[in-house]
Amino acid sequence: MRDQKQSASMDAKVPQGPLADKWTQHKNHVNLVNPANKRSIDVIVVGTGLAGSSAAASLAEMGYNVKAFCFQDSPRRAHSIAAQGGINAAKNYQNDGDSTFRLFYDTIKGGDYRSREANVHRLAEVSANIIDQCVMQGVPFARDYGGMLDNRSFGGVQVSRTFYAKGQTGQQLLLGAYSALSRQIGQGKVEMFNRHEMMDVVVVDGKCRGIIARNLITGALERHSAHAVVLCTGGYGNTFFLSTNAMGSNASAAWKAHRKGSYFANPCYTQIHPTCIPVSDEAQSKLTLMSESLRNDGRIWVPKHKKDVAAIRSGALKPVDLVEEDRDYYLERRYPAFGNLVPRDVASRAAKERCDAGMGVNSSGQAVFLDFSSAIERYGKTAANVKGIESPSAEQIEDLGREAVEAKYGNLFQMYQQITADNPYETPMKIYPAVHYTMGGLWVDYNLMTTVPGLYAAGEANFSDHGANRLGASALMQGLADGYFVLPYTIGDYLADDIRTGAISTEGAEFDTAERGVRERIEALMGNGGTTPVDDFHRELGKIMWNKCGMSRNATDLQSAIIEIQALRERFYKDVRIPGRADQFNPELDKAGRVADFLELGELMCKDALERNESCGGHFREEHQNAEGEADRDDINFTHVSSWEFTGVPSEATLHKEELAFENVELKTRSYK
Amino acid sequence: MNFTLKIWRQDGPKSPGRMVTYPVTGISDEMSFLEMIDVLNDQLVRNGDEPVAFDHDCREGICGMCSMFINGEAHGPNRLTTTCQLHMRSFKDGETIYIEPWRAAAFPIIRDLVVDRSAMDRVMQSGGYVSVNTSGNTVDANALPIPKPAADEAFQAAACIGCGACVATCKNASAMLFVSAKVSQLALLPQGQPERLNRAESMVEQMDLEGFGNCTNTGACEVECPVGISLDHIARMNRDFLHAKVAKKG
Repeated sequence: MRDQKQSASMDAKVPQGPLADKWTQHKNHVNLVNPANKRSIDVIVVGTGLAGSSAAASLAEMGYNVKAFCFQDSPRRAHSIAAQGGINAAKNYQNDGDSTFRLFYDTIKGGDYRSREANVHRLAEVSANIIDQCVMQGVPFARDYGGMLDNRSFGGVQVSRTFYAKGQTGQQLLLGAYSALSRQIGQGKVEMFNRHEMMDVVVVDGKCRGIIARNLITGALERHSAHAVVLCTGGYGNTFFLSTNAMGSNASAAWKAHRKGSYFANPCYTQIHPTCIPVSDEAQSKLTLMSESLRNDGRIWVPKHKKDVAAIRSGALKPVDLVEEDRDYYLERRYPAFGNLVPRDVASRAAKERCDAGMGVNSSGQAVFLDFSSAIERYGKTAANVKGIESPSAEQIEDLGREAVEAKYGNLFQMYQQITADNPYETPMKIYPAVHYTMGGLWVDYNLMTTVPGLYAAGEANFSDHGANRLGASALMQGLADGYFVLPYTIGDYLADDIRTGAISTEGAEFDTAERGVRERIEALMGNGGTTPVDDFHRELGKIMWNKCGMSRNATDLQSAIIEIQALRERFYKDVRIPGRADQFNPELDKAGRVADFLELGELMCKDALERNESCGGHFREEHQNAEGEADRDDINFTHVSSWEFTGVPSEATLHKEELAFENVELKTRSYK
Repeated sequence: MNFTLKIWRQDGPKSPGRMVTYPVTGISDEMSFLEMIDVLNDQLVRNGDEPVAFDHDCREGICGMCSMFINGEAHGPNRLTTTCQLHMRSFKDGETIYIEPWRAAAFPIIRDLVVDRSAMDRVMQSGGYVSVNTSGNTVDANALPIPKPAADEAFQAAACIGCGACVATCKNASAMLFVSAKVSQLALLPQGQPERLNRAESMVEQMDLEGFGNCTNTGACEVECPVGISLDHIARMNRDFLHAKVAKKG
């Protein structure tokens, strides 16, 4: 392999000392900025999800002048709001043996040994404070009858450490961070720019010193300077067109940073969530997640025989009428130890395998059943026993069972019915995997700084904590940890050198060049005389990515995907049609800019997937599986972060490796048999 | 399915608006309402026309960005449903559907169906928070037990998605349901007590400054609220507001 002339590992600036002391020691020794000096230092925060809102609020409270940007009409609408399940914290309130080390260990293992030990341990350390902080802000977590906080189990770990607020945990945490942000806006310490999109970062004398933003209402380009810029702009799941991300979720800020010198780490690590509502038709605009918690009680199956598949698809046979011995509970068959509770990546691949074999149960062949009838019967019998009903009738059992299932999953069943018009109490749910989260992102060191000095990345936008696979209820934890508790320390260490710099001018050549570049890109898109709507290109990119860089990948497909994406990108610039003008509210233009960046990032994702010649976590290479079809990791050659430097063509980026040292855990093979 | 759409088109904040008729054909009953608009916009772009501007983002009913007034109702005919979660099977084949923006003096139109709801953010900035710094050095979360009924009721208030359907629905364009949800959430929790009366007073004052109308207790907001925020919260806010005023005079 070429591009590996850089033999030295990238320096992640991980502090010395024992794992458990690193963060404390680091905090004790970083440079501080005194309160009077903070007043003359400006920080820009892009994005207002959990990481962005919490960072902007915290930095403003400390005394910095903050400018915050979001493309939505209010910072409260960032996509963190849609997270359902919960947030992990090593509180050990259940007295089930949880600890900081266990949360650290579970996260490292869940990430298939591809994340940085020191970052993950810090995340586990600060997790408990997140809960304290949020409670003081008035976040209404679920409580038990004693008034204490309730927990639930999540994602296959052996302790109960997930805090939640019904199925709306992300919403409640984001509104907590939004309230802290609103307080600072009200006090004039944060200047908030709604409906603004970051178009480029500006680098002056090797340091990030500002951004070019576009006012999405007027189309005006604006220059904003600062001593440091923080990108909290989320993940890049929408490269696939269909995902559980919001329609506006995009990778443009991260990609612009990449083009300006920030390395992009592990772009091939994407999480495909096994339980989403399947695609219904070509006009489908996005996919909806059904919480992972459903796999606690639902059994996943497809028919054993093709004739039954055909009958179910045509409607001649109802799934409830197919007898037990003609059903294939394939997760229980393949993974008797974990059954339906295997991790997300394994469950997703198994569903794809059955559907590829022609066993999919809807008209497109891309769905499997998630069946609650056994759970209804089991709960019904228990309830009948508890109530002392002797020899209960089948109807009685079913009624009691439904009540029990409704108490646990009522809101999810309701949502499913609202979208599909099927009643999941009476007929099994149909589900299929969908793109949900991206573990890769901008490479950052221990201080969350990218390879461009003064340019930081936090939350899903960076790559740092989840390795090759993220555990459930860990994304919310990471976003708030970065924003509330990590950046406020680490950014001061950098800004301490800037106390005499004074305000950064927006008049220099670098701002001129950046703004001109943005203007030219917009003009090129607007004035090409094309005929094809933006969504056509996005949908086509999504199909290439899903088919060739999705749940399973191989070298041949990845190589052809790169060529196809390059051709698609060329067609896009020649033939995309954007109606209207650039100096007005024009959502098609906003979308075109984002798709242009996905068309480059997708190529880099394929390149990274091609170079990572092993299977690990969400990245499954068909060439690297054992006789039973399970993933084969290659710890000798791939225990590193792949960090890519932009050189002009996305797939010709230069690879820099950060070798991962595992000093506190032993590398093991994950097995769920 | 086929529909006749009558949609409010308006180029900019100061341009005159008008209803424009568009036929759409070949719509599947599985489509969401917004996907049906996507189909229309796709046709418009292919024909060289300008698509209908509308706000939307998560399409899961939680971000609060989508905001259409459909056949005279905020978020359309179904209860407890945002526009993005409304599906075409809720309409009859061949039906004429009227689509308008949220209409309120405090929500100026930006373009077509897109309005400026930043007034709601400013009300939040006037007091919709607990004044605690984000140092993490607070007390342990379980040092503050909260009775489950209070926690559950606070959660019910906190479920507000800030979409503004209550304002759009109200004949006076009042924001009382929205504002009271936040006032009530924090009034129900011990963390919110120290600032309780000031909060109610300053948020109500900001609400009035923004040009929202008065509440006349017709309750239409509660009916149209996609997440079922209860009128009880308005009563609680009114008590706190009155209490604040009386306390000051005394």
